[in-house]
Amino acid sequence: MSNIESLAAPVQLRNVVRQFGQQRVIDSLDLDIAPGEFVALLGASGSGKTTLLRSLAGLDSIDSGQLRVPKARAAVFQEPRLMPWKRAWKNVILGLRIPDAKERAVQALTEVGLAHRLDAYPATLSGGEAQRVALARALVREPKLLLLDEPFAALDALTRIKMHRLIIELWRKHTPSVLLVTHDVDEAILLADRVIVLAHGKIAEQLTIDLPRARDTGQDGFQAIRARLLSLLGVEVDVPAAVGQAAVSGVRRFAHG
Amino acid sequence: MSEKILNAGSFSVDKAARIQGEPEGVSRLIPLWLRNWRTPEVLLRLLSPIVLLLAWELASELGLIPQRIIAAPSQIGGTLWAMIVSGELGKHLLVSLQRALLGLSIGVSIGVVAALITGLSKRGEVILDSPMQMLRTIPSLALVPLFILWFGIGEFTKIALIVTGTTFPVYLNLFSGIRNIDPKLIEAANTLGLNRRELIWHVILPGSLPAFFVGLRYSLGISWLALVFVEQINTTAGIGFLASDARDFMRTDVIVICLLIYSVLGLLIDGLIRTLERFALAWRPSFVRN
Repeated sequence: MSNIESLAAPVQLRNVVRQFGQQRVIDSLDLDIAPGEFVALLGASGSGKTTLLRSLAGLDSIDSGQLRVPKARAAVFQEPRLMPWKRAWKNVILGLRIPDAKERAVQALTEVGLAHRLDAYPATLSGGEAQRVALARALVREPKLLLLDEPFAALDALTRIKMHRLIIELWRKHTPSVLLVTHDVDEAILLADRVIVLAHGKIAEQLTIDLPRARDTGQDGFQAIRARLLSLLGVEVDVPAAVGQAAVSGVRRFAHG
Repeated sequence: MSEKILNAGSFSVDKAARIQGEPEGVSRLIPLWLRNWRTPEVLLRLLSPIVLLLAWELASELGLIPQRIIAAPSQIGGTLWAMIVSGELGKHLLVSLQRALLGLSIGVSIGVVAALITGLSKRGEVILDSPMQMLRTIPSLALVPLFILWFGIGEFTKIALIVTGTTFPVYLNLFSGIRNIDPKLIEAANTLGLNRRELIWHVILPGSLPAFFVGLRYSLGISWLALVFVEQINTTAGIGFLASDARDFMRTDVIVICLLIYSVLGLLIDGLIRTLERFALAWRPSFVRN
């Protein structure tokens, strides 16, 4: 890898190890995320997904190896983690040291469609609204790396669909690199440029998803990728014969590494 | 009359018809407003206390309850009025309030400072927490003899006793409030780049405020309790003095008045704290919903 390329990748992990006692939760992991790339991280519970994300967020240290992340990074978690005692707009600009803070907060909340909820306390927001405030809070910092830790897992199905659209829209506008940790295979395929399957702290498989956007689960090739990812995660699915044929070519087309 | 209609499996009851109907029989003689009369709940609530008071009054009149046991309600009311008009009650009340508030504010301040030191720093906890826990277990009234030896029997001892009683509830609650802040919020604050000072100001202090208020309420109750006690030792003013003076003269009416004052003031101060909470904790779900 050339020097220029390595400068370009905002996230670079080389031989990263994180262990708790004897157990290596992250085991000699190498990972690059390109500028503006949307990466989804799949894996069974205990595969090291969350630990990896926490290391990238600076919430956890690593035991050995090299880890390079941009200073400008932000995280959205499964729970919105808003300060209950601060109104929505104050939550958005918490920790920012800028003069026109309120203006920026209004702008960020308008982007996520919450211009009318500026002064609401978190307790009065619905789950989806609170998560959108959390998203605004992350994006107002103009991060080079946006870390999403199952941010849609606690939302209802309809809200989740809306949030998927919103996140893509905002990702295109702000162009951060994104690392999305999720359990939801469909979500990963719908959103990401690249899906990484993590097992025992190592990358078991990665697929580049080059389905055209906007994606939907009925799209050509979608089910094939889904079946492939699910089998990597230990779930066998029956793909109908006709689709199965496409699946083989699909996998051939999209498989990577 | 009620009418039931059954059709196609649906079922409805029509009850509105009755009110419109013309009154029949004797009820025609009762005016409409009286027939529709519904006793307000407030009156019903007051009913049993009033009956009790009347029974008490009657028993006193008949000599069933001698005055040296307890005075009649009418006499208590008369004495209360006389004490209010003469300004005597106001004078003693003011002295008591000053004592309670002074002791309370010093006690709460010490509790808050100590809790901040132990809550916010590990070293502070190591140094300060065990002495606080040891002191906490001493009943403050047991300190009376020592305090009298040290500070004499004047105002200082009285305030000091209220201070020792009110420090610890605030200390314990605020300390646990600080330590029990949701670690997820602290993590979020860290990813948002808050420094330590900002973390304390924007996350830890507001998050521990509900616990502080719990402590404050306990402290208030204790300050009142301590006040009753300290005002009965060598005082010349205050509600407690009034009560012990009344005891010497067997004035049961004055004693009852003092008890009333304590309970009314307690309620008032609790109401004050509630109002404070309503403003300071406006973000809490129980407040924002209504």
